[in-house]
Amino acid sequence: MKIAIASGKGGTGKTFVATNIFYTLQKHNYSAALVDCDAEEPNSIAFFEARQIRQTEVTQQVPVINTNICTFCGKCNEYCNYNAIFIVPQMKIIKVMEDLCHGCGACTVACTFQAISEKPVSLGTVITYSNNGKPSLIEARMNVGVMSPVPMIKEAIKETDGMAEIIIMDSPPGTSCPFIQTVATADYVVLVTEPTPFGLSDLKQSVETLKKINKPYGVIINRAGLGNKSVQEYLEHEGIAHLFDIPFRKDIAELYAVGRIVSETDSLLAGQMLGLIENISLQYGNSNNQW
Amino acid sequence: MEIAIISGKGGTGKSSISAAFATLNGKVVLADCDVDAANLYLLFDPIHEEEEVYIGGQKAVIDYSRCTSCRYCIDYCRFDAISLINDKVSISEISCDGCFLCSRVCPENAISMVPSDKSRMYSGSFRNGKMVYGRLAPGEENSGKLVNMVREKAKQVAAENNLETIILDGPPGIGCPVMSTITGVNKVVIVTEPSMSGLHDMQRTYQIVRKFGIETYVIINKFDLNREMSLQIDAWCKTAGINVSGHLPFDPDMVEAMVQGLSITEFDGGSEISKMIKEIWNKILKINQI
Repeated sequence: MKIAIASGKGGTGKTFVATNIFYTLQKHNYSAALVDCDAEEPNSIAFFEARQIRQTEVTQQVPVINTNICTFCGKCNEYCNYNAIFIVPQMKIIKVMEDLCHGCGACTVACTFQAISEKPVSLGTVITYSNNGKPSLIEARMNVGVMSPVPMIKEAIKETDGMAEIIIMDSPPGTSCPFIQTVATADYVVLVTEPTPFGLSDLKQSVETLKKINKPYGVIINRAGLGNKSVQEYLEHEGIAHLFDIPFRKDIAELYAVGRIVSETDSLLAGQMLGLIENISLQYGNSNNQW
Repeated sequence: MEIAIISGKGGTGKSSISAAFATLNGKVVLADCDVDAANLYLLFDPIHEEEEVYIGGQKAVIDYSRCTSCRYCIDYCRFDAISLINDKVSISEISCDGCFLCSRVCPENAISMVPSDKSRMYSGSFRNGKMVYGRLAPGEENSGKLVNMVREKAKQVAAENNLETIILDGPPGIGCPVMSTITGVNKVVIVTEPSMSGLHDMQRTYQIVRKFGIETYVIINKFDLNREMSLQIDAWCKTAGINVSGHLPFDPDMVEAMVQGLSITEFDGGSEISKMIKEIWNKILKINQI
């Protein structure tokens, strides 16, 4: 089954939770894999001693216009829904703005003169690592300067096929496309929030989105003790599963800061992580994923 | 003058620091460019003066009274968004990129494009000037277009009200919305935190900023949560030639101020941390006057 760790607000502790769950599952001999879907800023893999197994380039097709054949009719420009083709017919100027191109192929279809061919351009990579002899860690990494992380996220999730029984997905922040791409494939979503007004506001957006796509979810409150009780009250009022709290402690922040897994030494936290996943598997492990 | 506050990593304190900057001196225009998780309005409770609809992407929708299940569209779609489910051609709203191609190639004219019009941009007044912010509807493509719209509006509002400083509170990450936030600004402030992720994300963020050649300042927030990492960030900034304009300690009052709907400098202007933020802000502003 696939479990996504997500949050609307950035920096609430998604990666903290995802890496600790993965560590604990492996330690208890579960068949587990961790996939870092935060392709803009991937950080999960650095918490483990991992060996790279393979690296796949993620590419997109962009058009190449042969100006010897092109009649500057402008049909490709009309077909392009992303304003990626710039054309001045009077001056016989036509240019592809590769940054804006989404690789949909509409221009190629539009061109009746076979003046358009396509070439692949790199958007990023999907890297598979192993930390226990088997492939267990996957990282989606967007090239700096690329607009959207979505193609890398899709590829990374495909890569998990058959890799392990429990797949933990570290989601990108927010509730837009990259988040949806990640959680759409999950059987359950763990939302991580913090007990502050910003945390609450972003949590509400995440909940609204997950309701829309019919995903079961529960909430972990991280840095409990800071802020106020409004998140807890919201969860109670809405009848949302409040999974558990992780207290705000300086020693947790310090260990995490240097790339250590807190569950290694904190048996209470390890127990909570393990219990959570066992409960989720029990309840949602056999659900048919409709997406 | 436009100053963008970004971070790469989320949750480093961008919005809290932007809020402090916005309430330190004279009136400003504050633009929340984190359209995917806009939060500053929670602190400043702006009075809405204008609301505009933002048309995000489009989604393909099938008219089944016309569809003959010829599957032409399936062959053409490059986003794996169309498939045959129980002998019925189905378009996944999640995977549809809105390219329009299926609609164009359909021999039965059975596919139309429906624009998503649920995102909004608001502008209005807050207690220290004007505020503009966008709210992207959940699940929308977080392109930089709404960010551009917010920035255009912020510039217009600044000109109309004779306000010189525009503070842009940016989104996390390094993708399109971030690039839209920093394109053409006068200064960029990167707020980071002393952790491995904080350093790594700042480095990726700086690669973007450097491409644009913008004057850059770094603030290490909560630096005392890990002094060793904080020193590493200092060292990296030094080799990269970036100005570290301040180190802020972890202070629970930052959260307490937020809970009370105030910026930290409004909450306790005389506190150590408020003074430090003021010093940093002066540094950022003064260098520009040269």
